[in-house]
Amino acid sequence: MAEKILEVKNLCTTFRTERGTMRAVDGVSFHINKGEILGVVGESGCGKSVTSQSILRLYDEKRTASYEGDILLEGKSVLSLKEKEMQAIRGYDIAMIFQDALSSLNPVFTIGDQIMETLRIHQNMDKEKAREETIEMLRLVGIPAPDKRVDQYPHELSGGMRQRAMIAIALACHPKVLIADEPTTALDVTIQAQIMELIKKLNEELDMGVMLITHDLAVVAETCSRVVVMYLGQIVEEGDVMDLFDNPLHPYTNGLMRSIPKLDGERQDRLYMIKGMVPLLSQIPKGCRFAPRCPYATDKCRKEMPELKTIEGNQKVRCFRVQEEV
Amino acid sequence: MEEKVLVANDVKKYFPIKQGIGKPDNYVKAVDGVSISIRKGETYGLVGESGCGKSTLGRTLIKLLEPTSGEIFINGKNIAELSEKEMRKMRKEVQMVFQDPFTSLNPRMKVGDILQEALLINHIGADKTERTEMALEIMAKVGLRKEHFYRYPHEFSGGQRQRVGLARALILNPSLVVCDEPVSALDVSIQSQIINLLLDMQEELGLTYIFIAHDMSVVKYISTRIGVMYLGHLMEEGPTDDLFSMPLHPYTQALLSAVPNPNPRIRKERIALEGDIPAPIDPPSGCVFHTRCPYAMPICKTMAPKKREVMPEHFVSCHLTDSDIENKAEIK
Repeated sequence: MAEKILEVKNLCTTFRTERGTMRAVDGVSFHINKGEILGVVGESGCGKSVTSQSILRLYDEKRTASYEGDILLEGKSVLSLKEKEMQAIRGYDIAMIFQDALSSLNPVFTIGDQIMETLRIHQNMDKEKAREETIEMLRLVGIPAPDKRVDQYPHELSGGMRQRAMIAIALACHPKVLIADEPTTALDVTIQAQIMELIKKLNEELDMGVMLITHDLAVVAETCSRVVVMYLGQIVEEGDVMDLFDNPLHPYTNGLMRSIPKLDGERQDRLYMIKGMVPLLSQIPKGCRFAPRCPYATDKCRKEMPELKTIEGNQKVRCFRVQEEV
Repeated sequence: MEEKVLVANDVKKYFPIKQGIGKPDNYVKAVDGVSISIRKGETYGLVGESGCGKSTLGRTLIKLLEPTSGEIFINGKNIAELSEKEMRKMRKEVQMVFQDPFTSLNPRMKVGDILQEALLINHIGADKTERTEMALEIMAKVGLRKEHFYRYPHEFSGGQRQRVGLARALILNPSLVVCDEPVSALDVSIQSQIINLLLDMQEELGLTYIFIAHDMSVVKYISTRIGVMYLGHLMEEGPTDDLFSMPLHPYTQALLSAVPNPNPRIRKERIALEGDIPAPIDPPSGCVFHTRCPYAMPICKTMAPKKREVMPEHFVSCHLTDSDIENKAEIK
């Protein structure tokens, strides 16, 4: 039995804004096993990034955000920790890499300084040892001539190298969980392939759990073992990669897969379209959230909210139509 | 003989780098000798990674940027020889749709005014009522509702803004539309709506597109012919199906192999490219790709390869011999 390293239980993240409270994440539950890569897919505004940042509790809890539900790291609750204890977890047990490496790195420090900072804070290393370890990390993530690069500033590196440097910072303390929030979205395909290859390799070598957040289904198909599909703050479908891609059950997942042009095979006359667009958080529809865009929606869908239910094996889906068919 | 909407011969665009006053110290060679011709009614896909010069080429072709050298003919007229007045008339014929629907629309103008301004400048339409009617007509075509006429761009989502951008381009009834990454900023479900809209408009209005993008699957879907760019050079050009089924240039092969496939059962062999794209200020000698090419030979370092036709309509700029290329394409 695979060991659950991180478990999110019924997480709700609510923001207080001038225009009222917005629930960006609404009852999300999933887990990450040791050594696996879990893909979280969805379009902008589906709450995938809010979920990941809630795991690290990065929002301002005093003023705007509040969390409900529970987040368990190796069985211990993260949400009940004090800020100081939380600080010890961030970057040490759970690390994160972001989409835009240039704006996530500090422009006035060398990348070496920024990697050493994590080592010195979390592991109390002395300067010399931290520097050695840093060069070792840079080598691990595939940066050529690491003993020179260690003294360079972020602007001196290319986009792909910056993303590698960011991965080095995240992995410096050998975290148990790595959250990668759209790590390759800003990169070219050839560089994207390099970075995804690196994440896969490091995942195997360091045996951590990886949560890969992306909007690109193709990236998920190639790297992940399990997938969670989100829509408007909820999980609509969950399952093993093979099952989910062979047989997408939820109309949203199905629509997403059919609306991307295929690289191989025959060219369709027109692409499949999901009608309409993602509604605003302040205008969440009653009943099933996908109902206004769903080709199969019935009156029941517009009135009641379906639950996320297991259909077969590991595959769960939030849809009345699919659940009734089974 | 097919009608050519646009013909470009050996177009170059260098951006000077200056430190202080006087002669430029150096040049960024964004586009370095590209020749293409676009036929009426086709969609020409221009692909390549960031910094390869595809956007600069797109803009230079329609004289949004002045070419450093080379000739460009639009509908048979050499645009370098046109006066400003004549060029302005010509601009009606060639329109552009931009990548970022957030910054390419004036935030202080209502959608209706954005559309009518294009008419006003070009003296189309007798009076305001007629122009309003024309604007409403094009809005209906691109799937915008009447009430959107009085709205500001910020009230729209990304997909709808892109519809406004397309309406603004199409209202002048152009023959050629340059689409610079029109769907890259959009979500998957919206992306397919806009791609279908582009195809519908092409069918209805008989448009010719130059479609610039970095997403290979989108380009494959929409284009009839494709040109692959690297560091300001056109490396390969061919009909879409040929180019995808038998990519000839080592760069095209590597680029295609890097594209992830949305089918977890297919595991592709990746051709890994070493390192990053060199800076266009000081491009490598000879073939610009030789620093990263897995098959680089001594001649690649010294001599730039010439464009040659390997199969009908399928051009490649590479020193590898035909048999070499075919072998490699087959192995792939």
